[in-house]
Amino acid sequence: MVSENKKKYWNKNLKYLAILLSIWFLVSFVFGILLVDELNLIRIGGFKLGFWFAQQGAIYVFVMLIFVYIKLMNKLDKEFGFNEDER
Amino acid sequence: MSIQIWTWILVGITFTLYIGIAIWSRAGSTKEFYVAGGGVSPLANGLATAADWMSAASFISMAGLISFNGYDGSVYLMGWTGGYVLLALLLAPYLRKFGKFTVPDFIGDRYYSNVARSVAVFCALLVSFTYVAGQMRGVGLVFSRFLEVDINTGVVIGMIIVLFYAVLGGMKGITYTQVAQYCVLIFAFMVPAIFISIQMTGNPIPQLGFGGSDENGIYLLDKLDRLHKELGFAEYTSGSKSTLDVFLITAALMFGTAGLPHVIVRFFTVKKVADARKSAGYALLLIAILYTAAPAIAVFSRTNLIETVSNQEYKKMPEWFGNWEKTGLIQFDDKNKDGLIQYVADAKKNELIVDKDIMVLANPEIAGLPNWVIALVAAGALAAALSTAAGLLLVISAAVSHDLIKKMINPNITEKGELLAARLAAVVAVCVAGYFGIHPPDFVAATVALAFGLAAASFFPAIILGIFSKRMNSEGAISGMIIGILLMLFYMMKFKFDWFGGGTKEDWWFGISPEGFGTIAMCTNFLVSIVISKITRAPPEEVQEIVENIRIPSGAGEATHQ
Repeated sequence: MVSENKKKYWNKNLKYLAILLSIWFLVSFVFGILLVDELNLIRIGGFKLGFWFAQQGAIYVFVMLIFVYIKLMNKLDKEFGFNEDER
Repeated sequence: MSIQIWTWILVGITFTLYIGIAIWSRAGSTKEFYVAGGGVSPLANGLATAADWMSAASFISMAGLISFNGYDGSVYLMGWTGGYVLLALLLAPYLRKFGKFTVPDFIGDRYYSNVARSVAVFCALLVSFTYVAGQMRGVGLVFSRFLEVDINTGVVIGMIIVLFYAVLGGMKGITYTQVAQYCVLIFAFMVPAIFISIQMTGNPIPQLGFGGSDENGIYLLDKLDRLHKELGFAEYTSGSKSTLDVFLITAALMFGTAGLPHVIVRFFTVKKVADARKSAGYALLLIAILYTAAPAIAVFSRTNLIETVSNQEYKKMPEWFGNWEKTGLIQFDDKNKDGLIQYVADAKKNELIVDKDIMVLANPEIAGLPNWVIALVAAGALAAALSTAAGLLLVISAAVSHDLIKKMINPNITEKGELLAARLAAVVAVCVAGYFGIHPPDFVAATVALAFGLAAASFFPAIILGIFSKRMNSEGAISGMIIGILLMLFYMMKFKFDWFGGGTKEDWWFGISPEGFGTIAMCTNFLVSIVISKITRAPPEEVQEIVENIRIPSGAGEATHQ
């Protein structure tokens, strides 16, 4: 029973990782590198969009990804009773 | 007051602060020495990680690199921040749960083998030594320019300071000094950035001023693209590296970041798994402040530099020009004898050589900011270099005293003996680092960037597979690490040091630069590990249990070295 619980927890964790890392890949490698020329045709203010992702946008998204992960995992830990309270 | 007096005052105050903290937070046990007692709060650890991470390269060189490479400089921005996502999601929580002192500790225990441990110790030492030499050089550079002492004296002063608080305080001393150093370095980086952003775009936030426009309503980036075109340089926002190479270099820097022992070990210092995640979040947030401002500074300083020097009379150059000329980092050669500075892409006609390392340091002077701001930048650069150097020295000393002596040579060593060994190892490491700072081998600059390739090719796959694959065994991991790091070393030596027949850019395999090759070596490591592990026997039952156990956050307990 306990190990069933652990398995479920782990699979859910892997699902979160897959989603978050896809976004990680998308904003940096896809938007900032592979599609940079196409996105550079679009402008926001003084920036070409591809250039903006490569030098600004990707970093902002990275920070957000970690904080979303923290939130999701803290919730998941609680749900499965794996959270540790202050000792 | 002159720049020099201001610099002495600010450097004096900050150094006194670091020493004060070191005395207050002396380490009394090996646990305090290696992991600061394991009770560091997530915010303090985030601050310390950020300072640990941001080295002389981030503070002094990065904005300059971007300034000269434009879009191509993005590899550093994305690479050195994106790695934290991997760290936070794939490594930090599990390694904290595992609860040991060092990275070779994890490799050695997870792969139940002292061969694996030795390979890991070798990789940790290789990566850390190449990295630390560059920091000492940065310290020397700042001292020689701003305090007008000999560059070697500068290195020695830096050594004494690091020695004092790293040896006395261990991880505990380093942690709290790094917290102070983060504050100094970020303040020193942002104050001039804000000043210059206001000056050039009227917007006090550099990240926004970056996309702003000048007083004529022309966007700064468009103006810079135009200037570049006029002078024959590649367009600033487009760059000139191949897409494949940009992709692979970015990846190598990301995976390398996530495999650097001095960063990973910071996550052993917090109390529980949730804290490890949280401090990774704080760390990246604090790092992102500098990393999003750096490309803005790059654009400001590039535009300022071109507008100040291009086709201007050499005799009328401002004072900073002469100051930097004296250090040899700016060189002017009036080839056509017209008394004007021609700064163009064509090497035959170009008359000005500007070292990219001086952009951040010279930027406040170029923009004509007050003397105290210029001095502040010097203090910030020192904080960045010293904090990283200290973190690296700790990895080196722990690898020697803990992984080599305690775990392999003499397991019966007493607590006191191990602590003494750790301190002695730190002293030796400082001296070696100082030696390389004073006599920099030609390859230091090249290898600092390559340290990431080495970390990606060795540690990253072994750690990831150790957590995410229960089936991964010692045979697989050891052969993967050895083949990965040898492949990386071979490629690096062939194309950087001209060994094994050498080769030029045209000979690169598939046009992949040595910096980007780390990604290829890493993939090879993954492949070899998986194939070998499939054809050899599964790891013992108790090791599979360890893997089960590190996946669940509760019951982390305290870091231990038993």
